[in-house]
Amino acid sequence: MAGTALRGRLTWQLAELVKAVAETPRVKTIVFDVPGWPGHRAGQHVDVRLTAEDGYQAERSYSIASAPTGTRVALTVQRLEDGEVSPYLTDELRPGDTIELRGPIGGYFVWEPSEGGPLMLVAGGSGIVPLMAMIRTRAAAGDNTKTRLLYSSRSQDDVIYRDELERLSGNGLTVAHALTDSQPPGWTSYARRVDAEMLAEVSPSPAERPRFYACGPTPFVEAVAESLVRLGHDTRAIRTERFGPTGR
Amino acid sequence: MGELMLDGNAIAGLLQEVFAVEMTTAIGTCGGCGAAGPVGAVHVYRGAGIVLRCPHCNNVLAKIVKNDSQVWIDFQGIRTLEVAV
Repeated sequence: MAGTALRGRLTWQLAELVKAVAETPRVKTIVFDVPGWPGHRAGQHVDVRLTAEDGYQAERSYSIASAPTGTRVALTVQRLEDGEVSPYLTDELRPGDTIELRGPIGGYFVWEPSEGGPLMLVAGGSGIVPLMAMIRTRAAAGDNTKTRLLYSSRSQDDVIYRDELERLSGNGLTVAHALTDSQPPGWTSYARRVDAEMLAEVSPSPAERPRFYACGPTPFVEAVAESLVRLGHDTRAIRTERFGPTGR
Repeated sequence: MGELMLDGNAIAGLLQEVFAVEMTTAIGTCGGCGAAGPVGAVHVYRGAGIVLRCPHCNNVLAKIVKNDSQVWIDFQGIRTLEVAV
């Protein structure tokens, strides 16, 4: 059982970059080979540690984007202009380079097909990453748990995993996009920030007892969680993951 | 302030480093209001140190300060902690 792999002290290990793929102008997926990787569950993250020549160390957490597959671990990283770690990961790191990471970490913001649904996933910006791991895990397992994703981005160019989400739709997965700042011509989906009305339209009703996973910047997650409670959903069924300005 | 608020997930690695088990699914009971819930859902504020607050009553549950060689934890506001072993 996966739980046993979580026991024991976390140790830093070397991970080698296999490839990097641009997702949007500011977001890249970086795929590592991590020898001895014990596998992970969708929603878990890793801690990444960079050490400068003078010994200065910077540590950040990044959600795992991939479904578990052998020793490969994909992270999707948004470049923060004044960041200490993300510009290095997105711009400097080349295939064959190594970084230190430890994980998998976390057990609360986690979903496995055996937990069932219906699932309601709410993502703000790069908050899509751990939710994508859930969608990919569900697809890889051939699971058809009823799943809805409400995904808020600034513009269409900022939508991470756009083509893959379209491809994976169906089989019980429906995806609704909200574009807050600009919309392409002919846009028919939501053109505003996520609000209670939108959540009521997209999510299963409280009677269906959906499980919620909301991830994004802190104010986004706060607004979503408050709206869901107001709509009558059980607070215990709402799991949140907030990231601050230097977070995932 | 709200911008800097994270949740228990954000310190999962640090807690596992200290306790050697996954801690975000551990159930903590607040010494202030008595509400019980997973550590992953507590509110976390990061500054010079880390402050954990109850998501229900805002009571300070714990404070954590870490340097290169040790971690200092003040558990002033946690009544009980239920950990799967």
